[in-house]
Amino acid sequence: MSLASELAAPPPAKIRLVGVSKNFTTKRGTVHALDDINLEIGEGEFVCFVGPSGCGKSTLLRIVAALEKNFTGTAEVNGKMIIEPGRDRTVMFQEHALFPWLDVLGNVLFGLKLKPDLTNKDRVEVAKYYLHLVGLDGFERANIHELSGGMKQRVALARALAPNPRVLLMDEPFAALDAMTREQLYGDLQKIHAARKKTILFVTHNVREAVCLGDRVLLFSPRPGRIRKEFKVTLPRPREFNDVAMASLAAEITGELKTILAKTIAEHTK
Amino acid sequence: MKQFFAILAFFAALLGAWEYAANHCGFSPVLVPAPSDVWKYLVAAAQDNSLAEATLVTMKRLGLGYAVGIAIGIPLGMLTARFKFLHNTIGMIALGLQTLPSVCWVPLALMWFGQTETAMLFIVVMGTVWAVLLATDAGIRQIPPLYREAAATMGSSGLHLWCRVLVPAALPHIVSGTKQGWAFAWRSLMAAEIYVTILGSNGIGHLLHYGRELHAMDQVVGLMIVIIVIGFAADKIIFSPWERFLHRRWGLRD
Repeated sequence: MSLASELAAPPPAKIRLVGVSKNFTTKRGTVHALDDINLEIGEGEFVCFVGPSGCGKSTLLRIVAALEKNFTGTAEVNGKMIIEPGRDRTVMFQEHALFPWLDVLGNVLFGLKLKPDLTNKDRVEVAKYYLHLVGLDGFERANIHELSGGMKQRVALARALAPNPRVLLMDEPFAALDAMTREQLYGDLQKIHAARKKTILFVTHNVREAVCLGDRVLLFSPRPGRIRKEFKVTLPRPREFNDVAMASLAAEITGELKTILAKTIAEHTK
Repeated sequence: MKQFFAILAFFAALLGAWEYAANHCGFSPVLVPAPSDVWKYLVAAAQDNSLAEATLVTMKRLGLGYAVGIAIGIPLGMLTARFKFLHNTIGMIALGLQTLPSVCWVPLALMWFGQTETAMLFIVVMGTVWAVLLATDAGIRQIPPLYREAAATMGSSGLHLWCRVLVPAALPHIVSGTKQGWAFAWRSLMAAEIYVTILGSNGIGHLLHYGRELHAMDQVVGLMIVIIVIGFAADKIIFSPWERFLHRRWGLRD
């Protein structure tokens, strides 16, 4: 594998979930985290999972990452069963999950060092390419604790992108950031999606965030976790977070979400 | 700077008071040696090489015992962290034995190994190993699961996960555990040297012991000072670089 092929965008993957259900057993009983999820995600599609806490959206993402096992149903990437976590599906978490014993460059190199066909020089070059992509030139030798929250998430994004995955899984990655930093990152993420052509699953409870980023927005409802509704977002890109058309679509989806929630609560109190 | 002179003045006054008390308050020099006599002993012991020889013997024992203690303690701690059964068995034993002052191993060591270097090594290892084991175990168990998951999604597993994620993530604990292990090793060795006599290879502890038998308290106090200085210097030489690294990388406060 050469540097050029490493930096070339690999064909993004498609994901197929058939009849996926997942229960968590706790002391207080069984929680139906996910119930019969059927979902097809196309190559290079940017799909957002939206819903209240406890609706299983993060669990579904973790199933695709193979961090969650013991579910029923079928989960496939490009026709292959998902069994183990792997570099073709990297994850960006809500907490940055960067390794404090490594500096910024060391963190981005972590996944690259596990790719046997690259030389060290290539690895450093790839890592620097991604640090440039997330706007962190010159921070290679910085320690993690010296960075701001937004910069940490940028490093985490670079680290997730560096092994050149075909699917990028993002679990509320911007939830802990301030509004300004977040809006900046929406722009950056759209640019990266355009440039790197990944299939992206993005979990959030922020409807406007989902509309701003996604090609498709899926609404989840809790107990049991189900996909209740699906919206296609056809607004032109790049999208501005404060765009009027977007805000009105977000308002519409939020309305739907409220109705669904009210219904769920009514069902449970019946 | 002002502070520095104040500190200097304090210690000068302390030495002066000690010197005065030893010479003018009617204490027997066998009981209270004057600091000037202690100094004279240290100079003489340095000149006839007996201090250097004893220090070398002691440091060799300490180095070996400490190295063995760490070489056993860290891997065992990793195993007890990994396997619940081992945590509940070996971990339990470690917890119990850590509370046992290592000088309590001396009678057993003497019966098993006689007046030998092996007895000495055994006592130092028993003093070191449990603290190191427990710190490693705690360090690895307290690693946020997120590190493991993040590493797994980038393709790390098995030995790579252990060497590149779990051990580095537990490093702050392991360093403080090995530091504690060092303190225990040093204490156990001194106890061992006072109780275990090996003809022909005298460590600092032996000299201390002979000092008592000869009623030479200038020697005893002089050696106590040497023991303090060695403990202090080793702490700075071995652990300061690690602590500086942790401080810089992790941003930990001491």
